[in-house]
Amino acid sequence: MVRTYALLAWTWMRASAQYPVSLALLTLGSLAVNALDILAIWVIFSHTTTLGGFALPEVMFLYGTAGVSFAVADMLFGNVDRLSTHIRSGGFDIMLIRPAAAFLQMAVDRFNVQRFGRITQAAVVLGLALAGLEVPWSRAWMIPVMIVCGVVIFASIFAIAGATQFLLINAPEVANAFTYGGSSLTQYPLTVYGSELVRAVTFVVPLAFVNWQPALLVLGRDDPLGLPHWLRYASPLAAVALATVAMLAWRAGIRRYRSTGS
Amino acid sequence: MIDVQEVGRTFTIRRRTGLLRRERRVVHAVQNLSFTVRAGEFVGYLGPNGAGKSTTIKMLTGILAPSSGRIQVAGLDPARRRTALARRIGVVFGQRTTLWWDLPLRDSFELIRHLYKVDRVAFRRRLDELTELLTLGEFLRTPVRQLSLGQRMRGDITAALLHDPRVLVLDEPTIGLDVVSKAAMRGFLRKLNAERGTTVLLTTHDMGDIEKLCDRVMLIDNGRLAFEGGIDDLRATAPEETSIEDVVARLYARGAPAAGQRQARGQ
Repeated sequence: MVRTYALLAWTWMRASAQYPVSLALLTLGSLAVNALDILAIWVIFSHTTTLGGFALPEVMFLYGTAGVSFAVADMLFGNVDRLSTHIRSGGFDIMLIRPAAAFLQMAVDRFNVQRFGRITQAAVVLGLALAGLEVPWSRAWMIPVMIVCGVVIFASIFAIAGATQFLLINAPEVANAFTYGGSSLTQYPLTVYGSELVRAVTFVVPLAFVNWQPALLVLGRDDPLGLPHWLRYASPLAAVALATVAMLAWRAGIRRYRSTGS
Repeated sequence: MIDVQEVGRTFTIRRRTGLLRRERRVVHAVQNLSFTVRAGEFVGYLGPNGAGKSTTIKMLTGILAPSSGRIQVAGLDPARRRTALARRIGVVFGQRTTLWWDLPLRDSFELIRHLYKVDRVAFRRRLDELTELLTLGEFLRTPVRQLSLGQRMRGDITAALLHDPRVLVLDEPTIGLDVVSKAAMRGFLRKLNAERGTTVLLTTHDMGDIEKLCDRVMLIDNGRLAFEGGIDDLRATAPEETSIEDVVARLYARGAPAAGQRQARGQ
């Protein structure tokens, strides 16, 4: 599995190197977009000292953890939500006749390295945040755990987004609301949103487990919304549950696959 | 080698007919289809556009699951054992390539070697053999996007045969090829079938392919098997016609379109 993925990823990297100008421009473009993200946080904190009750290093911590998780998931599995394009072009049929899992081929298709830049960027923000926070080891163990869980949760959302396109071939944008929307949502403390939304992203689409709940533990905070204390340890549970749903959805999708005309 | 028993495949088409009203229609792309292809046979699969050829091919290769009936290819149920089946069969779609567009042909082959887990020695031997037979040598290092259609097609055939499959499924392999390339392709396929005993199932609209290659012909129309037999049997259905093309045209016309059904498949 991992070997096949690595091999195909390397292939796509070499293929995209065939168009160096395009590669350079895309890299610059993605750097600029992400710089704007960070600029937004800086602008907010030049006007106030807290955001939703959280100080700058704490917000940077939330941004950094969500950012790393999303960027890793996006690099490894982000292409899955472009399934409908591949179905329409007939490219998905070709993946189905090869002796490798269709999900894996779909995930690695057009693998691009410039997404690695995003990971680095988010990691730098996370590093700065940790420098300003002084988290004791008794709580810091949660940081790698929450990042891994975040990757699994975002990857599952990508997979579910892809799976729905077996049915809704013409609506890939619906899926983007959950993938990229989810990424933006988790960049800020959830206290800046309404409590109904927080409940929804805790219990329906478990985005709160990407960073919000475990971050409350790492930062040693009480839940400003008064949700039960044990939820902050529940990220692995949420990740496994969502991954299971994603796997079942993908399988059901493949079974219902209709291919195209010719 | 290929065994199809009472297979059907339906598609549900939903169409908006009013603001809230939606119309559901069930289209039978293939119905009650049964046939077998024995090991070593070279069988042609004919039918007008939209008759169910591609749907059948997709069910045989595991891309689509049948709605009813039973299929066995090389001893496996395609829809359930798709990846295992992929190692036993080769598939070529004339209309789209399985090669990596931006990579040299050679690199695509190397990648296929890994995906199909072909060992290095067997791969080298096989590639040398195919390179010689299909005269690929001069453009093994050319990126696929720069190849002519004929060259790309030869590349695709090679890609489908590197793992030495027992069954080769060809969906319009000679489409768009010039006379010389077509003749070369046919010569190669005949040799492959005769010398290696590879079972071949071929769909085509080119009657030359049928006359020059196939032991047996199956003709599908409106999702049902309309004719099955040798080339001579096919001719005998319309003895007054001189060319095989006219014979087939007659057969197509006989099972004339049940209007909506045919166009509905093009969605």
